[in-house]
Amino acid sequence: MIPTPTPSAAGASPRASGRGAPLLSVEGLTVKLPVAHELRTVLRDVSFELEEGKALGLVGESGSGKSMTVRTIGRLLPPGADVAGHVRFDGKEVFDLRGEALRKYRAGDVSMIFQDARAHTNPVRRIGDFLTEALRTNQKMPQKAAEARAVALLAEVGIHDPERRLRQFPHELSGGLLQRVMIAASVAVRPRLILADEPTTALDVTTQAEVMVILKRMQAEYGMSMLFITHDLELASAVCDDTVVFYAGQVVERQSASQLHHDPLHPYTAALVQARPEIGHRAERLPALPGHPTTAYEAPDGCAFAPRCLFAQEACRAGVPPLLRIGDQGDSRCLRMPELHGKLLAPTPPAATVAVPPSVDPGEETL
Amino acid sequence: MTTAAADRRMIARSARRLRRSGSLGASGQIAFGVLVVIVLLAVLGPFLVPADPNAVSLSEAYQDPSGTHLLGTDGNGRDLLSRLVFGAQTALLGPFLVVLVSTLLGTALALSAVWFGGWFDQVSVRVMDAVFAFPGLLLAILATALFGAGLTAAIAALSIAYIPYIGRIVRSAALRERNLPYVAALRVQGVRGVMISLRHILPNIAGLIVANATLAFGFALMDLAGLSFIGLGVQPPTADWGATVGTGMSGILQGHPDEALFASALIVITVAAVNVLGDRLTERSEARA
Repeated sequence: MIPTPTPSAAGASPRASGRGAPLLSVEGLTVKLPVAHELRTVLRDVSFELEEGKALGLVGESGSGKSMTVRTIGRLLPPGADVAGHVRFDGKEVFDLRGEALRKYRAGDVSMIFQDARAHTNPVRRIGDFLTEALRTNQKMPQKAAEARAVALLAEVGIHDPERRLRQFPHELSGGLLQRVMIAASVAVRPRLILADEPTTALDVTTQAEVMVILKRMQAEYGMSMLFITHDLELASAVCDDTVVFYAGQVVERQSASQLHHDPLHPYTAALVQARPEIGHRAERLPALPGHPTTAYEAPDGCAFAPRCLFAQEACRAGVPPLLRIGDQGDSRCLRMPELHGKLLAPTPPAATVAVPPSVDPGEETL
Repeated sequence: MTTAAADRRMIARSARRLRRSGSLGASGQIAFGVLVVIVLLAVLGPFLVPADPNAVSLSEAYQDPSGTHLLGTDGNGRDLLSRLVFGAQTALLGPFLVVLVSTLLGTALALSAVWFGGWFDQVSVRVMDAVFAFPGLLLAILATALFGAGLTAAIAALSIAYIPYIGRIVRSAALRERNLPYVAALRVQGVRGVMISLRHILPNIAGLIVANATLAFGFALMDLAGLSFIGLGVQPPTADWGATVGTGMSGILQGHPDEALFASALIVITVAAVNVLGDRLTERSEARA
């Protein structure tokens, strides 16, 4: 009854392709946006790769450039943006796509899930229109078949009585339900890459968990790759294979998600890990990062994190540190990582003796 | 208990406000009713009036209202009521065509300008500004001078002159709509620009377009009546409100102001009703936005 989708040749065996060329590769991506008649840097030399069928987490605080990276990949930059570097999808240069090729790339290859589902749905169109639009216009699916498919999709994301929901408007659905609809819409065309921009941040915690389970399950079932943006280190390590940590528009750390907690490769990540409450034991006061987050535009000449870093030395302020390979584990943009590796989360870090600047205001930490 | 009562009161109040935002309000409803009567008169009137609007009877010129001629007769002895009823057709059809053509063209131009942006947007904005700066009535007079007096040239000229009235407003509304997140979501789904503009942006700004088209109808009616008044629009002996005011001018000098008075009153009532309705529609579309 429900037409089985014909998987594309490349999508049919995502894992069989093995460790060939990555599905998505971002290389030296630098983006400047026009703000008040000047170009401001928002991304600096961002590089990472994502293999077919894998999930990569982009972690960082607000304004660190995670969302901008994903919008760049979806070609959703505002007019006037200045882009340098490469974004390659399946070997194709994404920024060379024009007209019909760009439309095909967006329609079939990538899809995006946004943080605020309500703002990203047309308020005057029904859920059914929203779900079937891409199927009908891009895949030329007949109305009946598209609706049957929409019902199946809604059932898959755990929505009861999908037939009724199809006739409702976005304002009649709760945030969690609407986000499930967004997920259903984004997987409807069986894309090869899902860009998930904080899909659960706007939801309450229990709904968050449900939505995450659904998203993760669909990603695994269909063998799709996923770029997952989040504030939440735990969530990133639970959902993703690898993680990239952003700070001030730069990649400061790249390593496997499972290690992120136990063995961070950058003082920034370590500070974030320590700033989280742990359910196991009681803490009088959580250590907060001194200072406040900077943007790529305001970042100092040297290491962007140096002003807040407890380990910073003279050399750190001299120039932008390169991404250093740390053993087999990952990459770090910290000059002192070779010596500090493994000591960042020590029970009594050297930080304890360092006088914390008086300007510490936990309220400013926006992560 | 008291909080439950307060809740109920609050719910009732917001429900009332919601209903009010959906309705046109008392003045809007009256204006709408007046327009319905006038349109019905224009459509059905010709079957109801007793006399031929073009039957000249010079011996009956300038009669006062009586049983046979409910509103009296004009300077040529024609039944004034019949002429005003028949005149309603030309008086309403002209502006309707002007608004229809200029709204369609203006909306299409504005939506494509917003979608394509860049130089196309810049050029269309400049062109619309240039046309906007040129009085529509002057353009219409120019057109009648070139192509001869009559409604066709005047309607064509006004249709072009009115494009910026709709186009500028649609452009700014569509621009706002285009920058909303849901449009980005549609773009990243690979939905074509035409589809996004027509199926998503247009329905969201439809209320505003209808409201402004209504207001433009009033202006167009005035302009066309003015053209007919100075003899460049509707040509005699065809009945028309504006033309009737024109021919009624000589009646005023001879002490028979009824002809010009009744025709002017109809124009004023119609335009006033259209404007009130347009204002209410604008308020409603703003309340919903």
